[in-house]
Amino acid sequence: MTGTKHITIDGQTVPFEEGQTIMEAAAAAGVYIPHLCHHPEFTPHGSCKLCTVKVNGRSASSCTFPAAEGQEVLNNSDELNADRKRLTQMLFVEGNHFCPSCEKSGNCQLQAVGYHLNMLDNHYPHFFALRDVDASHPDVLVDRNRCIFCSLCVRASHQEGKDVFGIVGRGINKHLAVNSESGKLADSDLSVDDRAAHICPTGAILVRGTAFKVPIGQRLYDHHDIDEVSLGASHE
Amino acid sequence: MESFIKQLTEKYQHQSTQLLMILREVQAQYFHVPSQAIDLLVTQLDVPKTQILGVIEFYSFLSATPRGRYDIYISDSITDHMLGKKAVADYLCEKLHTPLGTVRADGLVSIANSSCTGLCDQGPAILVNGHAVGRLNKARIDEIAALIQQKTPVTEWPTSLLQVDDNVQKSGLLLDSHLEKGAAIEAAWQRGLEQTLHEVEKAGLRGRGGAGYTTAWKWHLCYEGYEEDSFCDISVHKQPQRYVVCNADEGEPGTFKDRILLNSYAHELIEGMTLCASIIKSNQGFIYLRGEYLHLYSKLNAVIAERRAAGLLGANILGKNFDFDVEVRLGLGAYICGEESALIESLEGKMGVPRNRPPYPVTSGYLNKPTVVNNVETFVAAAHIGLHGGDWFAAHGTEKSKGTKILSISGDCARPGIYEYPFGTTIKTILEDCGAEDVLGIQVGGPSGTFISNKEFDRKIAFEDLATGGSFIIFNSSRDIFEIVRNFTHFFAHESCGFCTPCRVGTSLMKNQYDKICTGHGSTGDVRELQEIAKLVKSTSHCGLGQTAAQPILTTLERYPELYNAKLKQISFEPGFDLDGSLAIARKLTGRDDSNAHLAQVEEE
Ligand SMILES: Cc1cc2nc3c(=O)[nH]c(=O)nc-3n(C[C@H](O)[C@H](O)[C@H](O)COP(=O)(O)O)c2cc1C
Ligand code: SF4
Ligand code: SF4
Ligand code: FES
Repeated sequence: MTGTKHITIDGQTVPFEEGQTIMEAAAAAGVYIPHLCHHPEFTPHGSCKLCTVKVNGRSASSCTFPAAEGQEVLNNSDELNADRKRLTQMLFVEGNHFCPSCEKSGNCQLQAVGYHLNMLDNHYPHFFALRDVDASHPDVLVDRNRCIFCSLCVRASHQEGKDVFGIVGRGINKHLAVNSESGKLADSDLSVDDRAAHICPTGAILVRGTAFKVPIGQRLYDHHDIDEVSLGASHE
Repeated sequence: MESFIKQLTEKYQHQSTQLLMILREVQAQYFHVPSQAIDLLVTQLDVPKTQILGVIEFYSFLSATPRGRYDIYISDSITDHMLGKKAVADYLCEKLHTPLGTVRADGLVSIANSSCTGLCDQGPAILVNGHAVGRLNKARIDEIAALIQQKTPVTEWPTSLLQVDDNVQKSGLLLDSHLEKGAAIEAAWQRGLEQTLHEVEKAGLRGRGGAGYTTAWKWHLCYEGYEEDSFCDISVHKQPQRYVVCNADEGEPGTFKDRILLNSYAHELIEGMTLCASIIKSNQGFIYLRGEYLHLYSKLNAVIAERRAAGLLGANILGKNFDFDVEVRLGLGAYICGEESALIESLEGKMGVPRNRPPYPVTSGYLNKPTVVNNVETFVAAAHIGLHGGDWFAAHGTEKSKGTKILSISGDCARPGIYEYPFGTTIKTILEDCGAEDVLGIQVGGPSGTFISNKEFDRKIAFEDLATGGSFIIFNSSRDIFEIVRNFTHFFAHESCGFCTPCRVGTSLMKNQYDKICTGHGSTGDVRELQEIAKLVKSTSHCGLGQTAAQPILTTLERYPELYNAKLKQISFEPGFDLDGSLAIARKLTGRDDSNAHLAQVEEE
């Protein structure tokens, strides 16, 4: 060993440990890289592509790409943030997100990333996809209109040994499926205490009876930019 | 049904990796995968229901709702269109009383479009219950309709219909001759396996699947592991279990050269795989055969059986105390499964979603074991090198691209088919050989490759100039660039696996945007927007599919800006809203399509 290893992010020297991804090294050093499908406690997925950075000039997903000695990483550039804004807009038009009437508004990471990237409109034409709501479960509601396929619920439930959720299908027709004979959440093994019921970054999985405990206007991202929140202890 | 599923899962030893093979048989039996079968499989295979649902929805040739007993897929490749696909499809649908995209009321027939079926040199083509029928015309369709009316099983149809020709027009190093069975393996052992790997290196052999990775280096890494690869536990890549996988997915539209190799050079292919196995110390190989090549499945199995009988596969091959066997697994209609990590997922019985890399398949592939994935042609070339040595191969081609490349030539030319050329051959020579005249441009390397114009005929087939997996589609000046690019753009949107945001959403956005421009509703701003989306999809997508999906748009925008300009409305802003188009849903709901249901009516009155 020759002491600590380093990469640079936007010129700032950032140490890393062997086996860490760029995202992990950045977070440990207090550098925010926008992300949606990444969660520090789960195996990285690498699907939303919001965390795209340039590593020695080449695009890479920082949540999956291993840090290596001497990498020069570009993160907070106008060009990358413009791309991230477009990707976020793609997620907005693909599903049906009516923020003003959504229970998650103010606590939603998709919305918060939109704020962070100064997204002022949806830019692209809407798909107006037909997506189902599953209100069968007494404690948990699934509204597929708001799913962004980050797979966090899938990973969380798999880790709990239940595999309640799965993302099925191909291309633009992908959708969230529930593992039960009827396909309904009520018939699945999901319990309200499961991590999977609480992990969704958007309002696609909601725990009933909790949505309006904190009034809109007093919620997390109503007062904090996601870059502060994300690096703090509370991530969900 | 219960006993059928039970027998089936027993036949496949209850292995969840065999899910695709199992579902294929369920589909063949019931013309769909009934929900009862899904529930039985959940218990029998011990997999989550979501995995089975995912696989059924992911692969084009599986369906959760009943298809016809004669399930027909019409190849929608641009090459089929150039051979008159539209008229042929219309006639077929009319003859069988089944509109495209529907199942006939009596359940006898269903017809749908599919991506390129790999019969571009003998199209227009269809698949009937998985079996390929090419060279469609009215007479052949009449024959097919009669056979279906008489309910004759496809396997009993006349060979004149089911015959697929090799169509080799020009042979070279690899296609000229057949190797004596076992000769390359024998030579490799005599020379020494390490020395043989050295010969493959000396040959300068690079992967023929498109990316052009140095084959010897790939084999070396699979055996040794990345020394410096901190990401992968050293104990993982020192494990003795390694796999050899042949990528026979050949899904790139316009490519069909592997079809010929699998049909007539299967011994060379398997010899190449065996050679690789002996070098990397593997005892199990797989051929991942695209579902569209079902007609080659039993042939390949016969070759495998023959080699087992000859002591060239199985235990103690040629008395060298070396065991190796090969199993053929079928795909089910998904272009993305040609991408090596998606292919591995598919081999494991899952949706074909590309993995994150690193780790690469050479350190963590099938069942997370070190795995070599090579193209069919790569293995065939390796077999020849195993026998003749590296210098023999390296004497052909260019400095950076050694040996020959087998091209699949289709489109506007007198003699479509298979042509083998040394690397470095110019486009001009190729066009002369196949009899192409009045050429507008050529799609080299398929939709994910490059569209070259008629000013670029001095360019060469080589990794350092025009790299190609083998697709070579020629367009003459009667063709419309917009129709070509539109076909390709729809193809990518249809084949995107949907894993990552830019490709899942972006390919659909590009498709809609391109349609808008094609139908004359585009303005200057729309082309700029199209270009912006294209660049974003290219630079941020997860895998090669998304990274190349914008190629047809970008390469033609670069070469024919004046054509795009001519397509545009002469205003700087065109609303993204097509009023008449948006009434399509209402028309569908009301079952009306008369002139009063269209907006133009208002203006005319
Ligand atoms: C979308 C996509 C489709 C591909 N399809 C094929 C294919 O059909 N056949 C193939 O050999 N390689 C295909 N490849 C390349 C493979 O990922 C891989 O590089 C290749 O099989 C390696 O073999 P080689 O080194 O012998 O070329 C594809 C890649 C991508 C990204
Ligand atoms: S439901 Fe929520 S957590 Fe699950 S995949 Fe969709 S967005 Fe992610
Ligand atoms: S680029 Fe396309 S095909 Fe590749 S992972 Fe992303 S969605 Fe799937
Ligand atoms: S956070 Fe890295 S791809 Fe989603």
